[in-house]
Amino acid sequence: MSTSPRILTLRVLRSSPAEGEAPHWEDFRVEEAEGMTLFLALTEVRERLAPSLQFDFVCRAGICGSCGMLIDGKPGLACCALTRDHGSTITLAPLPVFELIGDLSVNTGKWMRGTAERLETWIHSEAQPDLTAVEPRMEPELAEAIYELDRCIECGCCVAGCGTLRMREEFVGAIGLNKIARFRLDPRDERSDEDFYDLIGDDTGVFGCMSLLGCHDVCPKGLPLQTQIAFLRRKMVAVGLK
Amino acid sequence: MRIVYTDVLVVGGGLAGLRAAVGARRRGQDVIILSLVPPKRSHSAAAQGGMQASLGNTFKGAGDNEDVHFEDTVRGSDWGCDQEVARLFVHAAPQAVRELAAWGVPWNRVKAGPRQVVMDGQHVTLTEPDASHGLIAARDFGGTKKWRTCYVSDGTGHAMLYAVSDQAVAERIPVHERTEAVALIHDGTRCHGAIVRDLVTGELSAYVAKATCIATGGFGRIYRVTSNALINEGIGAAIALETGVATLANMEAVQFHPTTIFPAGILVTEGCRGDGGLLKDASGHRFMPDYEPEKKELASRDVVSRRMEEHIRAGHGVKTRFGDHLWLDITLLGAQHINGKLREVKEICQHFLGIDPVKDMIPVRPAQHYSMGGIRTDAAGQARGLAGLFACGEAACWDLHGFNRLGGNSVAETVVAGMIVGETMADFVESSAGELQVSTALVREFLEREQAKIDTLLHGNGTENASELMRRMQDIMTEKVGIFRRGDLLQEAVDELQALLLRSRKIGIGTKRAGANPELVTAYRLQKMLKLALCVAYGALQRTESRGAHFREDHPRRDDAGWLKRTLATWHDDFQTLPTLAYESLDVTRMELPPGWRGYGAKNAIEHPATEARVAEVATIRSAFGHADRYTVQQALMPFDHLVPEAFRGRNARPGDETS
Repeated sequence: MSTSPRILTLRVLRSSPAEGEAPHWEDFRVEEAEGMTLFLALTEVRERLAPSLQFDFVCRAGICGSCGMLIDGKPGLACCALTRDHGSTITLAPLPVFELIGDLSVNTGKWMRGTAERLETWIHSEAQPDLTAVEPRMEPELAEAIYELDRCIECGCCVAGCGTLRMREEFVGAIGLNKIARFRLDPRDERSDEDFYDLIGDDTGVFGCMSLLGCHDVCPKGLPLQTQIAFLRRKMVAVGLK
Repeated sequence: MRIVYTDVLVVGGGLAGLRAAVGARRRGQDVIILSLVPPKRSHSAAAQGGMQASLGNTFKGAGDNEDVHFEDTVRGSDWGCDQEVARLFVHAAPQAVRELAAWGVPWNRVKAGPRQVVMDGQHVTLTEPDASHGLIAARDFGGTKKWRTCYVSDGTGHAMLYAVSDQAVAERIPVHERTEAVALIHDGTRCHGAIVRDLVTGELSAYVAKATCIATGGFGRIYRVTSNALINEGIGAAIALETGVATLANMEAVQFHPTTIFPAGILVTEGCRGDGGLLKDASGHRFMPDYEPEKKELASRDVVSRRMEEHIRAGHGVKTRFGDHLWLDITLLGAQHINGKLREVKEICQHFLGIDPVKDMIPVRPAQHYSMGGIRTDAAGQARGLAGLFACGEAACWDLHGFNRLGGNSVAETVVAGMIVGETMADFVESSAGELQVSTALVREFLEREQAKIDTLLHGNGTENASELMRRMQDIMTEKVGIFRRGDLLQEAVDELQALLLRSRKIGIGTKRAGANPELVTAYRLQKMLKLALCVAYGALQRTESRGAHFREDHPRRDDAGWLKRTLATWHDDFQTLPTLAYESLDVTRMELPPGWRGYGAKNAIEHPATEARVAEVATIRSAFGHADRYTVQQALMPFDHLVPEAFRGRNARPGDETS
């Protein structure tokens, strides 16, 4: 254990579109510390070497989904990435598909709001809840199954890892399809399969997916995207054939 | 000059701000939300364990109601809270949970029949009643008499935030993401909105609003070791302070959470202990029963954190190169429980420690976690000192929590206070007091002032380094204004923070760009954060007693005779280096629950002269109403119905009601 710490090279794809600065690689060297994450390494770079460096950390605990980036080419959350799991040179680039703000910062918020509006990702119910009455019941297993799909943190890794989105920018992506699967499962949402078909029953929706399933491989929360997309496709085919 | 007009401006896109926005929107007002980040990335998402509401659905929750929740909350606060607000809160919390259920939150549900749980280190079988099958479940949390914390695995805040955020989308409320309010526009008596900086372009605009609500969360980042997200820098509270008229209250009341992973400071939920996890020391000994024989690991957070630090000081910590820590042992809960109900905890342990909590103990140590203090408001959420300004959630001192907040009461507060403040703001906007009466000259004055401050930072001849000063401030707060406080150290902290404040006026910036510029952001936020830090440190120095999370080694007793009062801080002019402090007394003669022993922690308070008489009076009222229902008795002790907005009146039904 007496070996001296590694010197890491963070190779960052830098850019500042607002100032017309073209993308270019810049290397930063930091000494590796025990338990170092990319959050800690990048914070050190910003404090010591490059005060202008842009990135988006918020919770730094893998919960909020802010810090998605390409880590050695693969989408992931930088806050959870331990440097010891990587080589001594780590390349970092902003997530593709999303609007670039600068350096490692992209506008996932705009994209996600667009998805929420387009797919109407809220409970659709005509009934006004009576807040003082005992709540309607739900089977415990069903509540857990809904939460399983509700765990998406909208980090955008699935979007960045999606083959279809490279060719069809209006594709809803795994994040969108998972949302539909979540609300479809929820009996409190009164929308029918026909309603959902209207939202995703074409090749910008569930029929656009080419089943490359990069989304499933890169999801930091391990959501069952492969199963959900396949299941949803069968259900939507059933509506389409009616 | 770009001016945006709206009825209601909500600063902060977390749970409190979103819920307030939805409420005002549903009353027909135009609402704009400002958020540093996309709202679903707010720190509300990090609330893991759950939200307290006395539904009383489970076997261990049977018999729970508003009265029990109220008493737990007041005891938790060490009698520092506003008891009328606590009443209002416990009344509305069940409605908030049920509303969230209707909005899609997948609350864990009761499964009828026997189930295995761990209590006090023992495996026990509980049998959940058939009548509750499918109703919202609850887990145990610290400082509560009943199992009252409603939860969604350990992703409760996430599920709540997504549901409420999606409601805001459904209501078509625009959220201006990556924007920051840097000053409030006001004329000394009335708030007219905010000066807002676009964090991408750097442009300053004026948002003129009839009602402005600060819901920016806590200020944990003034500490080095904190569970808080990076955005929890307290800027909303700071811009209120900088008006010179709005008031911050109880800023010295800072909570330290017992279990954050060591050394990163990332939270692992109180649910770990609520579900049966144990705290152990270097020799594997379970030490909490030695200190707290009654509540053990489930005393309130202030007490558990203090006991842990005490145990470390006695030499029982696990020694590492980063310092000492203790162990949180949840291995006895078993793989099925951890993988199902504590999965975020499991992921955090895997990601940041490389361990599996099913098999391994978790290294933990207390860290800064919650700001009980904030913008002083009345029970309706109106800020003191500035009409048209409102606050809710952690940014506010509504004063639900006093000097210690119970776990599960903060996410509950966000939505409950949001419900109430949404109504308050709608009422205000509809009233004649809500009319806009602002001149564009005043707006221009504020805009130009803020632009000048930024220009000075960017192009002045300052030489101080903002991140260096930030680090120093955080070190001072963690080392000298932490869990154990002492007059001499607090004085040192105040002196050093004042010096830092002076230096912060001479910050220089290397990155000159006007747009996205993290260095500039650090600089102007630091100037504001130092004022908050001074409110905390100076307030702590002056408060020569120990109450809740504020513990003075040189004044270890709670002193109701001298200190049953709320600290009020104002900052009248930009050149002072200390806040102006004043105090407001809590009225013992009106308390439903007069001061006493909490049921855990020290039993050595100095009694308030009015306590004895009020205790007798309460006893008399209770016996006089001996056969009345609990609502009537409560009404006789401390009426609060007048504080409940029309929309949230009515009694909360519970499953046992039909049979009683």
